Amino acid sequence: MPIITVNGQEVHVEPQFTVIQAAEKLGIYVPRYCYHPGLSIAGSCRMCLVEIENMFKLAISCYTRVRDGMTVTTDSKRVTQARKAMLEFLLINHPLDCPVCDQSGECDLQNYYMEIGQYDSRFLENKIKRKKAFPVGPHVVLDQERCILCTRCTRFCEEVSRSHELGVFNRGNRSVIDLHPAKTLDNPYSGNVIDICPVGALTEREFRFKCRVWYLSTRDSICSGCARGCNISIHYNESRPYKAGGRRAQRLKPRFNPLVNQWWMCDEGRFGYEFIDKNRIEQPYLRAIAELELSEWDKVIDEVSTALKSAWQKFGPNSIGVIASPQLSNEELYLIQKLFAELMGIEQIGYRNPWEKGGFQDDFLIRADKNPNSRGAEEIGLSGDVRTILEKAACGEIKILYIFQHNFDSEEARKMLEQAEYIVFQGTNWNKTADFANVILPGATYAEKDGTFTNFEGRVQRFQQAFLPLSEAKADSEILTVLAEKLEYPLVYLTAEDIFMEWYGKPYEGLEEFGEMISQKKHQWTI
Amino acid sequence: MPIVKLVSEHFGNPQAKQLSWYRDHGGYAAARKALFEMEPKEVTDEVIKSNLRGLGGAGFPTGKKWNFVPTNTDKPIYLAVNADESEPGTFKDRYILEWDPHRLLEGIILCAYAVGIHTAYLYIRGEYVRPAEILQQAIYEAYQEGMLGEHVLGKDFHLDVYIHRGAGAYICGEETGLLESLEGKKGWPRLKPPFPALVGLFECPTVINNVETLAHLPKIISKGGPWFANVGCEHNGGTRLFALSGSVKKPGVYELPLGTSMPELIYEHGGGIIHDKPLKAVIPGGASAAVLTADEIDVPLDFDTLMKIGSMLGSGAVIAMDDDICMVKATQNIMRFFAHESCGQCTPCREGTGWVYKIVTRILEGTGTRQDITNLMELADNMSGTSICALSDGAAMSFRSFVKKFASEFEYHIRYKKCDVEEN
Repeated sequence: MPIITVNGQEVHVEPQFTVIQAAEKLGIYVPRYCYHPGLSIAGSCRMCLVEIENMFKLAISCYTRVRDGMTVTTDSKRVTQARKAMLEFLLINHPLDCPVCDQSGECDLQNYYMEIGQYDSRFLENKIKRKKAFPVGPHVVLDQERCILCTRCTRFCEEVSRSHELGVFNRGNRSVIDLHPAKTLDNPYSGNVIDICPVGALTEREFRFKCRVWYLSTRDSICSGCARGCNISIHYNESRPYKAGGRRAQRLKPRFNPLVNQWWMCDEGRFGYEFIDKNRIEQPYLRAIAELELSEWDKVIDEVSTALKSAWQKFGPNSIGVIASPQLSNEELYLIQKLFAELMGIEQIGYRNPWEKGGFQDDFLIRADKNPNSRGAEEIGLSGDVRTILEKAACGEIKILYIFQHNFDSEEARKMLEQAEYIVFQGTNWNKTADFANVILPGATYAEKDGTFTNFEGRVQRFQQAFLPLSEAKADSEILTVLAEKLEYPLVYLTAEDIFMEWYGKPYEGLEEFGEMISQKKHQWTI
Repeated sequence: MPIVKLVSEHFGNPQAKQLSWYRDHGGYAAARKALFEMEPKEVTDEVIKSNLRGLGGAGFPTGKKWNFVPTNTDKPIYLAVNADESEPGTFKDRYILEWDPHRLLEGIILCAYAVGIHTAYLYIRGEYVRPAEILQQAIYEAYQEGMLGEHVLGKDFHLDVYIHRGAGAYICGEETGLLESLEGKKGWPRLKPPFPALVGLFECPTVINNVETLAHLPKIISKGGPWFANVGCEHNGGTRLFALSGSVKKPGVYELPLGTSMPELIYEHGGGIIHDKPLKAVIPGGASAAVLTADEIDVPLDFDTLMKIGSMLGSGAVIAMDDDICMVKATQNIMRFFAHESCGQCTPCREGTGWVYKIVTRILEGTGTRQDITNLMELADNMSGTSICALSDGAAMSFRSFVKKFASEFEYHIRYKKCDVEEN
């Protein structure tokens, strides 16, 4: 392996490495605009220029391959001067509209200007006018004046989404990014161009002007939109509830995971976060005669435990049916299995909605299974047939149906739910199942709790709580432990991690950085 | 030195573009000699001995360029003929295309045979409508007569030649911009390495030669490399076509041995400066070359000497400017061209060329400041050596030389808000 020296530090790198990658390995960040590790090399922004010993000209570090014995300087006076010059060139025709620009606060023009620019402008001419702020697709707004022509977005549309919507038109300083004729930027991955745009040229229609980015906090999470389990960050705002109608989750951004989603995520996942703050079940409900009425946690837990207990005592464990959800975490599914199957001896436990048709799937990220944890439910052993359970509930064989999260909106399911004697619904959002519930227990979304999902390949990945459950909602594991206590099966776990320890045999910190393939050494059921 | 007619011998003869006439006057004899009497390597060796340099502007030794092409490749090798002549002041290739297209085709055959090429693309400037028509007719005739096609001159060697017309971009004359354009893409120059000799057209090894360079090949093969080398000067073999324009009495294309002195070109062949005015400046090699003041022009016209004095011979476009021409206006003219033709890919070129044009325009409009001159010199530094291709370097080389060598004219404009040249 070649050894190269960057700013006096030596590093061993792979021979196919470029200088920018070698520097990164040493923790030395070289400013860049056009370079993106997930795209081909354009080498055109000229921002990543570095000095290489025995080379007459400055070299672009994104394109220059390492050579054994190479000596690179990324912070010399000459390099800094060149970068400053590039920055000046980029800014001469860039509007000074930072105060009204959505990228403000996460803009690489701002960042590098503060770092290496800080000069007084000597551009006395008129800036070039271009088309401002027009939608190029359902999710993306383009401002050509702010564009620095790094071509990350056009390369994304060529190489990653392979949908060829965006291109560079015209020449010289009249160059602009625009849509090819008769195209709209509506591919399933269009949102990624917003992430990779280093400036405010491409902004998100949903997020625009909703919240300044410096009010946002972030938490590592896993997208719950399909079985891929793309790694994401939840960007949320709690401190300013008057922003964006009080929404806490403001946007989702992909997080790098080379083994799952690289740098990307699909639009379906990216914009599918509304349910976290909208149409939520905020409090427990009890059905009195015909109407659902607001209730309290103590009351509903009493109600559910009494109902379960009496059915179990009168008719035995097979009079209870449990329909878990592949939207729940491994930890919660483990608790369901432990409480209902192992301790109570219930056999009618399933998770798969038989009416759920697979959705859109492609050969990149999007999976037909729109649940994040079907594989986890499978691995934990919740494999009963849901249709049979519902049929038994309809004919009275099952007296109590405990349904998690599912929205049974098919005609067939509705008929069966109508006939069921007693339904407990534990979920996050109002849906068709809730209409038939006798008791409703408000659960927490994945953004409001800790846990893990197992993706379709069997990769166990951790997500973290971004904010507390909305209003009176509780994490499903918490509801289950309280219920278990009432049922006199004390399950004592303080955190989701405790459950994970028991199921998987290691703490969260013990999981590999990019998640790991599910271990066969996980908890084996004795039954 | 006398005019030596190697590639220009048929200029002005309307019959020369017919294959039969060309053949009756010694045409295609060199190709026949090479194909039937020489090994491909011998052809290349002869070209190396001839000291033929790339006459598109860079002056790279032609034989050496051919030798960069890998011999053990399983990919096809292509020839891209650069006929995208668009450097301001340059109009020499046009003469070959219009008057002597078969000489070019013969050169293409020689190059193809030497390197092992079976497909040649002729990338011709879009505005060259007539030359393209003439060339197309010549190609048609060459196919008819068996000079091109399955069996070139009856030998078991096939060669196809296609014309591809450009769409009006200077940058498509840059060799990798040309390749991109040929591939149907936007003419954005490529990052190098890899060089086209290894990874060129359609990712295959590619030779890119200028029209005039190729047109010299028949004479080199028929008379021998050393003979050709002798015509020129050290390391600069043979002659080249000088496109003389500007304030001269007899502008035009003059074929002269490399190493001919610039005063000889301007005063003897060009007939001197119009109305016998004093000469002020000369651009020796197209708009990208640094301007020379009248005091600096007593030099031999060869690649190495001009590089030594901080300019370049480039495409051989010699533009003479007399005493009545405002150098600030000349700079504006040149920068308008570069700003218009910058492809827009690299930051310093895209923004720099436009900025410089605006500054120079402002100086001409009478709102320049002394700071502008400092800024221009700094911008020249910032635009040099920082982009993918040489357009930015060329633009910087040009306006830097104007601002530096004619600073007093810029200062006059800034100070008095008028021109001291045109006033008097």
